[in-house]
Amino acid sequence: MLKILKYSFYDLMRSRWSYVYFLFYLALGFVLLFLNHDLSKAVITLMNVIIILVPLISTIFGVMYFYNSKEFTELLLAQPLKRSSIFLGQYFGVAGSLTLSLVLGLGVPFMLYGLFRSDVIWDFSLLLVTGAFLTMIFTVLAFNIALANENKIKGFGYSVLMWLFLAVIYDGLFLLSLIIFEEYPLDSFSLAATTFNPIDLSRTLILLKLDISALLGYTGAVFKSYFGTDLGLFLSLGMLVLWTVLPIWLLTYKSKRKDF
Amino acid sequence: MIQIENLHKKFGKNQVLSHLDLQIDEGGIFAVLGPNGSGKTTLIKSILGMVVPNKGNLKVLGTSIRKKWKYRQEIDYLPQIANFPGNLKVKELVRMIKDLRQKPSKEEELIKRFGLEPYLDKKLATLSGGTKQKVNIVLTFMFDSPLIILDEPTTGLDPASLLKLKELIMQEKDKGKTILITTHIMQFVEEMADEIVYLLEGNIYFKGTIHELMAKTGQNDFEHAIAAISTHTTDA
Repeated sequence: MLKILKYSFYDLMRSRWSYVYFLFYLALGFVLLFLNHDLSKAVITLMNVIIILVPLISTIFGVMYFYNSKEFTELLLAQPLKRSSIFLGQYFGVAGSLTLSLVLGLGVPFMLYGLFRSDVIWDFSLLLVTGAFLTMIFTVLAFNIALANENKIKGFGYSVLMWLFLAVIYDGLFLLSLIIFEEYPLDSFSLAATTFNPIDLSRTLILLKLDISALLGYTGAVFKSYFGTDLGLFLSLGMLVLWTVLPIWLLTYKSKRKDF
Repeated sequence: MIQIENLHKKFGKNQVLSHLDLQIDEGGIFAVLGPNGSGKTTLIKSILGMVVPNKGNLKVLGTSIRKKWKYRQEIDYLPQIANFPGNLKVKELVRMIKDLRQKPSKEEELIKRFGLEPYLDKKLATLSGGTKQKVNIVLTFMFDSPLIILDEPTTGLDPASLLKLKELIMQEKDKGKTILITTHIMQFVEEMADEIVYLLEGNIYFKGTIHELMAKTGQNDFEHAIAAISTHTTDA
């Protein structure tokens, strides 16, 4: 697996898109810092950007990479290699290079600004960890969709729909159901609804850490009253790990049964 | 070398292979023939483990290949369409495959034989179809494995390279290797093959030497004999 990972990673490191992604975050980091002059405000703005954009880019990148490396995959399948190591190697190659672009792109400007001397360093690290998780989750979801669909257009369409659903539509439905059922106790419902969406989960996680009650909203308040800040943090991190591990397992399971 | 028992494969509703039994002994050149869509590539991909059969037993070198992958170390495979990752250079691709297989290889001799030196630093996306096929051939023959599977090896080759390929195949055969070839070029089969496996509608319709085939169909020309098999069945 490590060999495949190495080749996929090198392949991506030479591709233009990794640099575009890296430069985008670099620019974003610098612009935010110089417009805000305030690290903690910049972190909040970044959160909003990361939570929407990282999933979108990971999804599109994952699907594109999977379809573009079809030939490479077929070449590898005839070699003495385990199927799961072929797909996992490619997946970690993509997710790894995307995460690297994100962490370096945002890390460099913040470091130059004096992150190590400020007390938001933990908030910022959590932001990067969440970004990394979102990258891993949405890349593997995209890989799963691409593996299930031979047709590129369909695969692309389904994955963009998945992003749209989790990033936008889900919240709308969630809010709507809160309004419709407002006479019922909704604590456990809203808890469950939050954990079933990695984007909501990440948002809650960061807001819990930042401890901004005004921004916490209903779910955050429920989370907080139920678990307190620390337990809530661990629980939502654990859910993010599940969100990563389960689709990866699904990817290996499905790949073993597919015909090429 | 290869034992196949009661192999079934369906793609959706399309039954590609059914009740297929085949025994390939060690040593010699076996031509897998059959009309388009008769399941040649599916059969080969089943042997390679790229296609997962619905039913049946498949043994390569005496052991069942179900859920195994290490046995592919003993197979050299030339895929039908030479599709390679386009942004790799020829040199890098060769190095990568060597790195993945960790076996002694003789790529330099083959690169010289097919005159690929000027292309080593070119990206694969810029190569012509024939040159890609030559790279494909180098990648296949550079290892020393007892089983060689060639899916349409002649595609896109010019006459000089075709001669070199034939020489190469003969050399490997003389080393006692088992070589499986699918092709639609009957002249190539007539010249090279020791035995013919004729697939029709997902089953082995005929297995034997060219002489046996001609005797069976009552033809004295190989091309006509093959054509006769196909028409026989459409009449029946």
